[in-house]
Amino acid sequence: MSTTTLTKKEGAAPVEEPVLRKPSARKRLVPYWLLLPGIIWLLVFFALPLVYQASTSVQTGSLEQGFQVTWHFQTYWDAFTEYWPQFVRSLLYAGTATLLCLLLGYPLAYLIAFKAGRWRNLLLVLVIAPFFTSFLIRTLAWKTILADDSLVVDVLNALHVLDVTSWLGWTEGERVLATPMAVVCGLTYNFLPFMILPLYTSLERIDGRLHEAAQDLYASPATTFRKVTFPLSMPGVVSGTLLTFIPASGDYVNAELLGSTDTKMVGNVIQSQFLRVLDYPTAAALSFILMAIVLVMVTVYIRRAGTEDLV
Amino acid sequence: MEQYEPESLSAAQLAAMRRSMTSGRGALSRRSMLRAGGVGALTVGGLAGLSACGIPPAKREGQGPASTDVSAKEKSLAFSNWTEYMDISEDEKTRPTLEAFTKRTGIKVKYTEDINDNVEFFGKIKPQLAAGQDTGRDLICVTDWLAARMIRLGWAQKLDPSNLPNAYANLSAQFRRPDWDPGRAYSYPWTGISTVIAYNSKATGGKKVDSVTQLLDDPSLKGRVGFLTEMRDTVGMTLLDMGKDPGKFTDAEYDEAIGRLQKGVDKKQIRRFTGNDYTSDLDKGDLAACLAWAGDIIQLQADNPDIKFAIPSAGYITSSDNLLVPAQAKHKTNAEKLIDHYYELPVAAQLAAYINYVCPVDGVKDELAKIDPELANNTLILPDKAMAKKSRAFRSLTSAEETAYEEKFAKLIGA
Repeated sequence: MSTTTLTKKEGAAPVEEPVLRKPSARKRLVPYWLLLPGIIWLLVFFALPLVYQASTSVQTGSLEQGFQVTWHFQTYWDAFTEYWPQFVRSLLYAGTATLLCLLLGYPLAYLIAFKAGRWRNLLLVLVIAPFFTSFLIRTLAWKTILADDSLVVDVLNALHVLDVTSWLGWTEGERVLATPMAVVCGLTYNFLPFMILPLYTSLERIDGRLHEAAQDLYASPATTFRKVTFPLSMPGVVSGTLLTFIPASGDYVNAELLGSTDTKMVGNVIQSQFLRVLDYPTAAALSFILMAIVLVMVTVYIRRAGTEDLV
Repeated sequence: MEQYEPESLSAAQLAAMRRSMTSGRGALSRRSMLRAGGVGALTVGGLAGLSACGIPPAKREGQGPASTDVSAKEKSLAFSNWTEYMDISEDEKTRPTLEAFTKRTGIKVKYTEDINDNVEFFGKIKPQLAAGQDTGRDLICVTDWLAARMIRLGWAQKLDPSNLPNAYANLSAQFRRPDWDPGRAYSYPWTGISTVIAYNSKATGGKKVDSVTQLLDDPSLKGRVGFLTEMRDTVGMTLLDMGKDPGKFTDAEYDEAIGRLQKGVDKKQIRRFTGNDYTSDLDKGDLAACLAWAGDIIQLQADNPDIKFAIPSAGYITSSDNLLVPAQAKHKTNAEKLIDHYYELPVAAQLAAYINYVCPVDGVKDELAKIDPELANNTLILPDKAMAKKSRAFRSLTSAEETAYEEKFAKLIGA
């Protein structure tokens, strides 16, 4: 790099220098000190493990010989070609669950934000209430709800709904458990609050007078929703879908407990490669591939959605 | 690199230049310097870090220095076990057999139920063991294949037979010579586990299910059959059904067994591969029939009389959960005393009466009859001669075999 020294030359046009009062060094460091705990946390629990996993993904070896970094990037390609069906399935299930969450969550969030009145707080507590029990218990509860001779399945059978879903390949004969539909149901249920809460926050923020203004301009309720409410709730929709989709695509508990052999998601593969097969490089590579796919999808999505602030 | 010449620029250009250096997008501010420096450091450090953090070989050659045993000084012991694997008093406040041990020896036991799954537990203790550190546990209880792996890796301490007179005398013949620890130099079984076929007679319409062939082919069970996620149980039972010996099979025979199971998956005969959670499925009737661990079945039968079990005529798989002293553990002698305590007949009977798994202790029948005559005659707890004859163990695998087989099995179960 060339070293440049700029000296004021005689006759050069005078340049206006904005005079800023320099804060003392101590004061300037305050924000960094405040950030320090967060940065250390991120370094130790996010950056370091990530580096460690990245390293693992390009190693080769075995438990007994140890693993050495050999920059074996082939692992990535092998892992992807071997397990692409599980990747597709993960994205498909997570996408479906996100869509269902949006369809179920939006009306509920709308109701809580605009119509609930004094019930608002109670309803919000009810939305969060499932979190008082563990994730595992909540998922296991669905095994009872969807059991073969449960009321739900009996009703679905009586209405011949399962004939249709079975024809579509979502369910299997007269049962729901151990099928794709059960997994998607579990995912939808488990991540629904993550959709409702951001939706609620952005809906609740909308100024009621805007609705009145729309009515004054002879907009029908449907038009009001389409032109005013929905666009203004976009930040909630975007962050809600992200909060649902991202964890859902990496989830493995629902597929493990509610699914079968043909519903395994990529999370299950990572778990099994890491713990059962002891092929740490493949497990690490799979994690990075998933991270990359989700990152790309999310970036494109945010660009498309064109919203700057996420609740 | 060429030297920059301010003279050749006009005053306006110079001013613009200066502005861009101190403010605006091209400003070489403190922040952008930090950023650039940071990215550079991260890249360099990251690459160096990436190649630095390989995983060291697990195997400890030649044992290394023996860990110091402080048993004589510290009368304590940390014992990690599975949940519900220890007798508990009526009020659920004390563990009678452990209390008796403490009373007799003065050794305080820190008993933790932190083993829920072999593979997960291995994942948990592996980093310390690989680094040659103490896991904080003096005695652990793991299934035989994991015990075999730990011994193979040099992660278990050799036991001193002189501290184990009862264990040596009373260990039943069936468990004396596993091929991974002949003569029990490193391990003693806590319990034996029989893998049998269980069915819910209400769900099968009263039909008996007693072979793997029936599990895989009976159309009346379609979609309501469960196998276990433990590779050795599922494949072992299938090998037996095919007339092969799980104690000595070849790669081709293994593949054949996997192929047979794969057919069951493909035609949707098999509903799921399960861990311990098969018990609730079987109880509800979502699984009509499945492979099951006998101890669970005895406990299930107490609440649901529809649950039945069958021993296939082709034989069944017996495995065991074993007590091991992990490398670097500091209270080996105390641990040995505890192992020996549980091989005393009255103590063994008390434990077996509570946990209902196969008791690996010989001559316990009379003691068990004193507690509950019915249990003493239950062949799932004390196998009789006919039953012991049908019992087979899955052979131990080399590291390479283990990886290859688990990989194939993982494909079978979908992940």
